[in-house]
Amino acid sequence: MSSTESKTETNTEELAAEIKEKLIPIYIMGRKHMVPDTLTIMKAMEYAGFKFIRGCGCRDGKCGACSTVYRKPGDYHIRVGLACQTAVEPNMYLTQIPFYPANRATYNWEELKPSPDEIFKLYPEVFRCVACNACTKACPMDIQVMDAISSLKQGDIAKAATLSFECIQCGLCASRCMAEIPQYHVFQLARRIYAGKMLPKAEHLEAAVKAVKEGKFDSILAEMKGMKEEDFIKAYTEREIESELSEEYWRPGDKRFLIEVED
Amino acid sequence: MPYTEELRRLIEVVERTRPERLARKREGKDIPPMSLEERDDILNKYHPDYKDEGKREIKIGPNKGYKLPDEIVDLLEAKSRVDPDAIDLSQVDYETDVLIIGGGGAGTVAALLAEEQGAKVIITTKLRHGDANTIMAEGGVQAATKFEKDSPAIHYLDTMGGGRFKNDPEIVYTLVTKAPELLQWLESLGVMFYKFPEGRLQSMSAAGYCRKRLHYAGDLTGSEIMRTIRDEARNRQNITVLEFSPVVELLLNEHGQCAGAIIYDMETEEYFTIKAKAVIMATGGQGRIHIQGFMTTNHYGATADGIVLGYRVGVGLRDLHAVQYHPTGVVFPEQIEGVLVTEKFRSAGTNVVNIDGEQFVFEREPRDVESAAYIRECLDRGKGVPSPTGKLGLWLDSPMIEDLYGEGTVEKEFPGKFKQFKRHGFDISKEPMLVYPTLHYQNGGLVFNSETETSVPGLFAAGEVTGGVHGENRLMGNSLLGVHLFGRIAGKNAAIFAKEKAKEGKLTLEHVKAYHKELDDAGIDTDRIAPMLLPDYTDPKVRERQLTAHYVGTLR
Repeated sequence: MSSTESKTETNTEELAAEIKEKLIPIYIMGRKHMVPDTLTIMKAMEYAGFKFIRGCGCRDGKCGACSTVYRKPGDYHIRVGLACQTAVEPNMYLTQIPFYPANRATYNWEELKPSPDEIFKLYPEVFRCVACNACTKACPMDIQVMDAISSLKQGDIAKAATLSFECIQCGLCASRCMAEIPQYHVFQLARRIYAGKMLPKAEHLEAAVKAVKEGKFDSILAEMKGMKEEDFIKAYTEREIESELSEEYWRPGDKRFLIEVED
Repeated sequence: MPYTEELRRLIEVVERTRPERLARKREGKDIPPMSLEERDDILNKYHPDYKDEGKREIKIGPNKGYKLPDEIVDLLEAKSRVDPDAIDLSQVDYETDVLIIGGGGAGTVAALLAEEQGAKVIITTKLRHGDANTIMAEGGVQAATKFEKDSPAIHYLDTMGGGRFKNDPEIVYTLVTKAPELLQWLESLGVMFYKFPEGRLQSMSAAGYCRKRLHYAGDLTGSEIMRTIRDEARNRQNITVLEFSPVVELLLNEHGQCAGAIIYDMETEEYFTIKAKAVIMATGGQGRIHIQGFMTTNHYGATADGIVLGYRVGVGLRDLHAVQYHPTGVVFPEQIEGVLVTEKFRSAGTNVVNIDGEQFVFEREPRDVESAAYIRECLDRGKGVPSPTGKLGLWLDSPMIEDLYGEGTVEKEFPGKFKQFKRHGFDISKEPMLVYPTLHYQNGGLVFNSETETSVPGLFAAGEVTGGVHGENRLMGNSLLGVHLFGRIAGKNAAIFAKEKAKEGKLTLEHVKAYHKELDDAGIDTDRIAPMLLPDYTDPKVRERQLTAHYVGTLR
């Protein structure tokens, strides 16, 4: 980026606009654009005339499509953010990284065992981590990326899964990693193994599926579908509402539409 | 950019009334829910669906005479992006068993299920795989799983009532009875639902429901589901994903079956032909067409494409006149204006209060009623809170969560929203959020049945693009449920259709020619182009200076 920091000349028209509309200069891939100071980087780029095909997704900070790196004048730090979530600042130099090529291992989910070794086999590169912490500094979600990788190296899948829970898979960590680790793919695997193969299964869920399959609700549902409109509406308006502050094992007084279950 | 001094003073009002509101809540003395009559009254007076302006009757197609928002009719009364005569359909670029249009939640689970039936699958999608409203869904998934207090029948009752009793009963029957199975499948794929230590799923209240039935993964439930199913799709060799390639037209064959599509590569600007034995429409919603100028919570590609494509091949529409305004979209700060604040804040007990710090509505009314109450409070009663950008909003008093459940709960239970506001200098565990209704969900859509079949053989549909699941008003968490549940059914059924019923035949775009003729016959002379594909956010001044640019619709 540094070689492209040559400033274009400001003309008087721009200056006049700047005063009137509170426009500030930003440098998109090195080129100066005057944009309103209240916008996000994404909206500022659209204001400047860019039409997104790549680099724009949910516009809500959840999809990871609009990773952006930027610098501020007189500061050597590379900063990161999501274009849809980061407000423009005067004289920021920015570029988007809408895609980053990172290794993703293919695996057979059914056959995968809940063991750290499985992850190490698929991603041996995790051991190349030199603990430089560049990944953590690059995370726009403030995830402790390096800590999560360290946990994994120590065999703690649960910790890696919970630390990385908010990952939006934007790939900025991988783009900064000198060990070439695709952290966000590794974490995806860790979370799936943790939730799918390590946490205890929900027994009530299994029981529920079974009860429905055995037709335990067939007669209740048939009765409900057959109700006259006014009776149906009456049943609706008379529903007993569970309070949002109720305890987990709260029981309704009204047992209509329920089946007998063992506690 | 923290709150201005003016807003700080107004927040003090909220803080002053908070202890008393908390005490009332603990005693169960909140404002009670409205009766059905009160609901009707407030909807009629204040909900945008019930106003006549901004709507007109559509003049052509299977729903001729149906009154819809102008923005939707504009898209339906528009021409194809391609000249049907200019495309050589004997030149096929891709061939597959099942073609899935849309790479969001519905499309991705459909792909997994179709692949499990042995089908070769292509997902073609407008943006990246997973760029969809699914990934943005915060709240959770509804399912009756705790039968000591709940049942599919009560879920059925809640859903029908929430939908103003306009839902398709057969579809809702499938929705509520297959819900536990969907959750179990997601659990088995490794979706990290919040659980108690012994494995029992945590569940919460949600507006319009009478039981705690919302299962969730923090406030990132959609994101967690989407990234997990996408990860699994990437493991499957028989699933191919074409990104940045929206469908611009469906193809039929000489037997009247849906048999593929024309896609547009937005990067290279080429059109390609895909031939398929069955097709699943899973394009999602419409927020980005900005009905009545409302802001939206939807992703960049939510432009109602599937409605347009389906209507052109003769699939009818239902409940599309009912648009979901989510009660709580962010009003301030401007950088995240329109962004969704999950209903879970209200499910957990957060009050919504006006400029005087007063609660004015039960916070767990169905979304249409809740939104109408906010509009009334701001526009009719003059009790809205003015934002620095000149808009009105109401306070969502999130710090109450800390009082109700202990310090640190906001950050723990709502990590996504906490962080999003923190980036802009706000601490929502200490300060309330300023909110107002925002365009959120397309309640209705293409007519389909509980087996996900449409009126066109070989064309299946699932997800937000469909109508009938939610009637005229969707309730929280029934979308993540319906999207994935019917996606599964569509994937399986489309694969079976491809195997057993699809007939080999000549591809045709005659339906597009017929549609153009119908437009002409109805006297609609327009240069509008649909599907829209991407919203038009180019500054008009920029457009004026683009002297040599040629626009087709919103694309250059």
